[in-house]
Amino acid sequence: MAFQSNELAKAYWRENVSLMLKLLAVWFTVSFAAGILFVDQLNMVQFFGFKLGFWFAQQGSIYTFVLLIFIYVIKMNALDRKYDVHED
Amino acid sequence: MDLQTLTYLVVGVTFAIYIGIAIWARAGSTQEFYVAGGGVSPLANGMATAADWMSAASFISMAGLISFMGYDGSVYLMGWTGGYVLLALCLAPYLRKFGKFTVPDFIGDRYYSQTARTVAVVCAILISFTYVAGQMRGVGVVFSRFLEVDITTGVIIGMAVVFFYAVLGGMKGITYTQVAQYCVLIFAYMVPAVFISILITGHVFPQTGLGATLLDGSGMHLLDKLDGLSAELGFAAYTEGTKSTADIFAITAALMVGTAGLPHVIVRFFTVPRVKDARISAGWALIFISILYTTAPAIGAFARYNMIDTINGPDAQGTLLTEAPTWIKNWEKTGLIKHEDKNGDGRMFYSGDERNEMTIDRDIMVLANPEIAQLPDWVIALVAAGGIAAALSTAAGLLLVISTSISHDLLKRNLMPNITDKQELLAARGAAAVAIVIAGYLGINPPGFVAEVVAFAFGLAAASFFPAIILGIFYKKMNKEGAIAGMLAGIIFTVGYILYFKGIFITPFAENKPENWLFGISPEGIGTVGMVVNFVVAYAVSKFTKEVPQDVQDIVEQIRFPKGAGEAQAH
Repeated sequence: MAFQSNELAKAYWRENVSLMLKLLAVWFTVSFAAGILFVDQLNMVQFFGFKLGFWFAQQGSIYTFVLLIFIYVIKMNALDRKYDVHED
Repeated sequence: MDLQTLTYLVVGVTFAIYIGIAIWARAGSTQEFYVAGGGVSPLANGMATAADWMSAASFISMAGLISFMGYDGSVYLMGWTGGYVLLALCLAPYLRKFGKFTVPDFIGDRYYSQTARTVAVVCAILISFTYVAGQMRGVGVVFSRFLEVDITTGVIIGMAVVFFYAVLGGMKGITYTQVAQYCVLIFAYMVPAVFISILITGHVFPQTGLGATLLDGSGMHLLDKLDGLSAELGFAAYTEGTKSTADIFAITAALMVGTAGLPHVIVRFFTVPRVKDARISAGWALIFISILYTTAPAIGAFARYNMIDTINGPDAQGTLLTEAPTWIKNWEKTGLIKHEDKNGDGRMFYSGDERNEMTIDRDIMVLANPEIAQLPDWVIALVAAGGIAAALSTAAGLLLVISTSISHDLLKRNLMPNITDKQELLAARGAAAVAIVIAGYLGINPPGFVAEVVAFAFGLAAASFFPAIILGIFYKKMNKEGAIAGMLAGIIFTVGYILYFKGIFITPFAENKPENWLFGISPEGIGTVGMVVNFVVAYAVSKFTKEVPQDVQDIVEQIRFPKGAGEAQAH
């Protein structure tokens, strides 16, 4: 077992899952919410020559996806160090 | 130099590079053949994943699809990129820590069952074969259009090249050729896009050009202009589309989840040395993919504007046939553009109502782009090489999954556990060779349903692998009975629904139209429902069957943190 105790293992996993769920909430918001469910409402707003909902569906969601993965990588590397379960 | 010679030259040079890399990166062991020795850098893996992922369909068809579908085309853009977030956050790091070679490896070991492994092998082979047939076809189409050989010869040349580096180099050869292929295809995609963006809007970046004002002096935004043209010509507004919200939602979700469940994508994350490399290489992969995917909607819009402008003319009265630009005549020869002068006025006209006289294949949008924008010949040659690179790189990745499924999952882990590493490697090469021949045959004699199988492959992956893997990682108490029942229920439901409306091999039971669909979801998006069915059935069955053995629960604990991840192991 890499962890000092069962409690630490549980705490690490809890933090990991909570980070994942937060990022997935953003993932859902920019694609399914902004790009699909509320696209008509957002299309009322103009954004640099785009209708905002359309921009999210064809551009914005993709940029956000890239950002989400890199945030996840940075936060997880920090979390691994905090619990001393990182690789050499 | 004429276009023909130039195209031969560019394609020839890229082939020489691929073969050179294959000789340099020969595989000596099954470990190198399956996962490139597990020592690929995350950046290189990201690039290889991007090339693996972006198929002939992404390169040739996607921008054209968006051009004709407008907002509805967003399902492909979000669907085929959003899956990488799921991969990076929910799958890749844990599967890498698990440290095996294949997806059926994980399913078989995590669910301590040869039955589960066999179900997974069957799914992996089915998904990969349906996909690879389309790639070989793509190679053939590009060859026949740009090199003017017939499709059969084109497919055979493509087979020979893939044969050389996939059989010789396995994953190692494939990975490094894919890096080269990514560079070729992205360059070939971006050059015409940038030129056209500058011509139409004055913006260097197609991504901002899409929202910019036109340079034609009208001062109108491109997208507003397209909406206006759509209304005049009887199409649905470009930025609004026609599909129902429920259907868009389901298709996007099926493509995302399917992406995260495709074995040829997942296996790429076994090739990196560490868990943290698996996480970041998903990020690199998505950056490389995004370059093409954020450009595609711009190409789609530019192409639509250009096309309507060329065919209907600036006064929207139709262009005289005698004054039609040469690219229309060139592509008419291939049958991808057809004009029928219905009202006999000697003019072309394109619209969404009864005035329409044109039939235009969506695939020409990317391929004819350089000609439409009157770009130099070397750009056209480059696009040909790019299309071939996109098709070959995806085909090679898929063939590897097929050969690994047979030599590793079926022989080594199931039927003949005592074979040596050398014998297994030989079996893997043999299986790859046989798979290439079958794929080539399917490319030359495509079954009538090639267009349908894309939805089929994604739906299957979404309804089978994705839930089984997610539950395997995040729900310790999921047992073999639950997982097997879930996968079978998901697949049977999804396949059944697609057959019901599409009738592959059989006559459809019902007409494929929205009124007949379950919850208004088309067969393309039904994988989403299949996934839910899988989750529900798996959970319910696991509640009523034997608990998971303690040693398997311990394995699940072990894969949840990075420390101690070794190289991918066979045993």
